[in-house]
Amino acid sequence: MLLIILLIFMIAGSIIALETKNLLSAVIAAGAVGAGVCICFLMLGAPDIAITQMAVETLSLVILIRATISRDLTHITAQREAGGLVAVGVFMAVFVLFSTFALMEIPPFGKPLMTVSSYYVQNGLAQTGASNIISAIILDYRGYDTLGEATILFVAVAGAIVLLRKKGRKKAEEKDE
Amino acid sequence: MNDRSGMTVIVKTVVRISASLILLYGAYIVAYGQLTPGGGFPGGVILGGAFILLCLAFGKETAFRKLSVNAASVLDSAGALIFLGIALSGYAWGVFFLNFLNKGIPFHLWTAGIIPLCNIGIGLKVGAGLFGAFIALTAFRVVKKGD
Repeated sequence: MLLIILLIFMIAGSIIALETKNLLSAVIAAGAVGAGVCICFLMLGAPDIAITQMAVETLSLVILIRATISRDLTHITAQREAGGLVAVGVFMAVFVLFSTFALMEIPPFGKPLMTVSSYYVQNGLAQTGASNIISAIILDYRGYDTLGEATILFVAVAGAIVLLRKKGRKKAEEKDE
Repeated sequence: MNDRSGMTVIVKTVVRISASLILLYGAYIVAYGQLTPGGGFPGGVILGGAFILLCLAFGKETAFRKLSVNAASVLDSAGALIFLGIALSGYAWGVFFLNFLNKGIPFHLWTAGIIPLCNIGIGLKVGAGLFGAFIALTAFRVVKKGD
């Protein structure tokens, strides 16, 4: 029941973030949606994901406000086009129709336990020695995936620092334009 | 704390007390990742958040005295290389990402072989990397031609 209230709260926050004219209000509404996602994860029994969501949400909110809002405060004055709204409504109706058919077929949440996950739950502690099964999966069984994620973050940060730094580095024999 | 950069004295006092506690909490999340919920990624984000808090409250010069951009990029690369090195050293025993260390007794701190080391590497990488990205997006000024 509380989950449904949270979902309605998050949907309302998303619509506010889309429809408001002020960029700062949009960023804060998106942050509220992130906090709702965090509480949903906590209620579904996933504290690892909840901690990660909370930390990343807070930090990205700070970065968004500091990096974009403090530079130029944008007020959107243009009206939304009616044709676009109708097209979005039609596509959303089709999507909801077909996803309702699809969602009625999937098994209920958390059961039955799949073959792979039941293997992890039964043998994870003995094979890896980690009492946190999430750590055992993401760093031992699925370590290759985590290496890929770390590579993506590394490339993104390296690109940001290289593109936005103050002075370029250049060899001495090359001349300035 | 007489310099005029940063925010008001209330914010500075609160940050002076709470920044070290936030750092300690991030280190706890990283170090106990194999026992309790948490791990390298959220712990690293909290570690980076402590330095971003310093940078917001005291101005960027104070934050750069604690952790300069060059040190952040070195730590970022070091964390990535630690993680990759652990993954590749599994080849010495035959398999990529082999958990080659002693598993230890469950529910103790130094257990689970390579998992705590991987957590420390990822925590360094994520914390320093997010601090570097924040600095790159906010503190670097765009210099136009002719300025």
